[in-house]
Amino acid sequence: MATESNLAHDETPDPGKRDFLYIATAAVGVVAVGGIVWPLINQMNPDASVLALSSIEYDLSKIETGQAVTIKWRGMPIFVRNRPQKEIDEARAVPMDQLKDPQTDQDRVKAGHDNWLVMIALCTHLGCIPIGESGDYGGWLCPCHGSQYDTSGRIRRGPAPKNLVIPPYKFLTDTKIQIG
Amino acid sequence: MSAHETTKYVPSHPVARWFEDRLPLLGFSRELMDYPTPKNLNYWWTFGGILAFMLGVQIVTGIILAMHYTPNAALAFDSVEMIKRDVNGGRILQSIHATGATMFFFAVYIHIFRGLYFGSYKAPREVLWILGVIIYLLMMATAFMGYVLPWGQMSFWAASVITNIFSAIPIVGDPILQLLRGGFSVDNPTLNRFFSLHYLLPFIIAAVVVLHIWALHVPGNNNPIGVEVKDKRDTVAFHPFYTMKDLFAIVVFCIPFAWLVFFAPNILLSADNHIMANPLVTPPHIVPEWYFLPFYAILRAFDFNFILDSKLLGVIFFGGSILILFFVPWLDTSKVRSGNYRPAFRWFYWLFVINFLALMWYGSQEPATPVIGPFTVADTSKLSVLYYFAYFLVILPLLGRFEKPRPLPNSISEAVLTQPRAVSGADPAMPTAH
Amino acid sequence: MINAKTIFVAGLMGLSLMSTSALAQDASSSAASTAAPASSAAAPATSSASATPAVAEGDTVVKQHWSFAGPFGTFDKNQLQRGFQVFKEVCSTCHSAHLLAFRNLSEPGGPEFTEAQVKALAASYTINDPDADGGKRPGLPSDTWPGPDQTPADLKAAFGIVPPDMSVLAKARSTEDRFPNWIFNYFTTYSEGGPDYIHALLTGYEDPPADFKLPDGKFYNRIFPAHAIGMPPPLTDGAVQYAPGPDGSTVPLTVDQYAKDVAAYLMWLSEPHLDQTKSAGFRVMAFLLLFAVLMWMVKQRLWRKVH
Repeated sequence: MATESNLAHDETPDPGKRDFLYIATAAVGVVAVGGIVWPLINQMNPDASVLALSSIEYDLSKIETGQAVTIKWRGMPIFVRNRPQKEIDEARAVPMDQLKDPQTDQDRVKAGHDNWLVMIALCTHLGCIPIGESGDYGGWLCPCHGSQYDTSGRIRRGPAPKNLVIPPYKFLTDTKIQIG
Repeated sequence: MSAHETTKYVPSHPVARWFEDRLPLLGFSRELMDYPTPKNLNYWWTFGGILAFMLGVQIVTGIILAMHYTPNAALAFDSVEMIKRDVNGGRILQSIHATGATMFFFAVYIHIFRGLYFGSYKAPREVLWILGVIIYLLMMATAFMGYVLPWGQMSFWAASVITNIFSAIPIVGDPILQLLRGGFSVDNPTLNRFFSLHYLLPFIIAAVVVLHIWALHVPGNNNPIGVEVKDKRDTVAFHPFYTMKDLFAIVVFCIPFAWLVFFAPNILLSADNHIMANPLVTPPHIVPEWYFLPFYAILRAFDFNFILDSKLLGVIFFGGSILILFFVPWLDTSKVRSGNYRPAFRWFYWLFVINFLALMWYGSQEPATPVIGPFTVADTSKLSVLYYFAYFLVILPLLGRFEKPRPLPNSISEAVLTQPRAVSGADPAMPTAH
Repeated sequence: MINAKTIFVAGLMGLSLMSTSALAQDASSSAASTAAPASSAAAPATSSASATPAVAEGDTVVKQHWSFAGPFGTFDKNQLQRGFQVFKEVCSTCHSAHLLAFRNLSEPGGPEFTEAQVKALAASYTINDPDADGGKRPGLPSDTWPGPDQTPADLKAAFGIVPPDMSVLAKARSTEDRFPNWIFNYFTTYSEGGPDYIHALLTGYEDPPADFKLPDGKFYNRIFPAHAIGMPPPLTDGAVQYAPGPDGSTVPLTVDQYAKDVAAYLMWLSEPHLDQTKSAGFRVMAFLLLFAVLMWMVKQRLWRKVH
């Protein structure tokens, strides 16, 4: 009896055309659900005001040789250091087998702008901000657990697993970079 | 849980069986799907499902908006604008929530008026009705607090005027008012607590809705002819007959909803609410949202002193106009449920509906607005208020005693066979049950 | 038989019954919620004239034809650029717009300046930033529009109130339609009350009638409530020089044109996503109509078996 049956599956004998309607409608229903669910999730993605700050420009002209500044990008501190030639040479003299995270200094800077070191200023151990011009390697020392980085920002000693991260950046002019 | 017999559902899969032995969710949902529902329900009965859908929509969009909204008097206004400008899909999400409140109330009024016409509040459904009135009250509180959150001029002044109602209570009125507001006037503490309560109340509404549906399932649904279900021939399983009919009604309901959301999102909003709240400047016309207008008209109609002062009178009748709904099952003395079989009742009912719309219009107008001849809104609205209360207190009790109802059909099946299409939508020419 | 149609007709009849007398009353009587500038007492009177601009008489707002009106309307990019120019050169001297970010000017659906233009524009403004050297720096596209150079206190002293922020001004003003016109608005989706009012106000400056007492420091305006506005007439013919369009076309450099352009711009400023919302709306409506038809067929198919 049609009034009694549990109609989770339709049992009346008339397949084909009837089934197509139910399947088509169910498919449209699925599209509706998808079309509704995606915006509800997407609203949690960064909004326009956050994305507007996802990329910044910085003018390097005020940083003299041997100086470093800390600026903010995507909520993170960034070290921008104008390295003297001595530090560049020191960094390039280090053999790869001495590095926990082998990486050449050339890979960490932009060609033609070797004096400029741009790094995310968060220790790759647990995220503290290392102190500049400290430690035994002429670079940075993290006060939290003692990680030490060299003049190229590479990890030399201590618990940190990786070198200080280089953010995506490029030179717009000789004195201006865009990060992100 | 219900008066109907049920066989225990045993799933085929062993893991499902294991779970079912511990928490019979699958069997419970099978029970809901198979629930015998009168087969002659018309489209006025789809609004329960529509309301459940709208509650879900408001909760989901509300939780999302709460991720971006700042409930601080200095920041709230801008945070709402930033949702509309910067958040992905924010313009539409905010519009759905704001317009959704209107659609929610539109559906609830239809649902209530359906109940009033078809006698759905009569025994044995009195508790069902009372739970419904409680949901209605909670909805009004939620909507009122929600409207304050954008912190525009209307938000602020509506909050001021309505919280002022409490000061009408003698002796304890002012301390209660200060407790409610968290200060001497509506300000940041008020906004913060309204935000907290606005987030909370919908979940209480959801809980009462569960009770409401439970209370429905004990006696079963009422139906357009008001004759109770006699046997299985009068019913069909809820799924798929009413699930699909309700779903269809929901999709159709979404069409005007989407029209407003996408093409006229500000049309129901007072322009003054796009001016940030200013305690030192009152807008020329303070008007609540449309769904509160009839009760606002009742509140304002009492501009005279009579034993008590006019403010307290207004508050008492304002509260009374909603509380009276609780007593309708006992005020209506008719033995016949459905308005379809009560010809005299019909006239008074439809006059009540038109009167309710009149009260809605009165609420939107200034009291000095002329209506007809020398009479203003302040004058004629009193007549409407009188009819509103007379309908419940005088007309319904008397009608039950004196009216002559039409003869009722013996059963739903019989009614379905003899009545034209309008009652059930089924084809009367088809042969009878199996 | 009582059905949906009966109720609708009955309701309409009831409403018309009540409103007939009110309708017959003078158009200037106060009615339901309108917007008015904060310092006014009375509501602005309006007309329910059709979209065709008629000769303005008395203090009525004449509705304009806007490119973004109705379900199919969209902003005219060139008009928004012109309106922005008026805003920048004239209005922003005294009015703030704190919700406008420079980057909005290059986003789709708006004036759609290029990113390079926006960057240059932002850099021409000085932004207060406590992190910068000396507390100031050139603007960036991510910055919001800096306010007028004068402080709010100075502005209040000059004009009597602080000139209202323009970010949502076009939503904070409206015109009023009498019954039954406001019903039609739900179908035409009329949302342009703000721009209509703003245009009418900007073109509404004139000499006061002989018997009108104009308070000191105020100016006579046909549209403004009580006709005495603190804002001096901001526009004159030729005040803003528009560059010709990409195809060489020009518009008249008149107050009326400036008023239309800046009103359209302010509408965009209030509702920057208007175009995208409407196009999303079309897709949703089309989908819902399809879905409704399918659900109807499913429901009919199922119920055919039931008697």
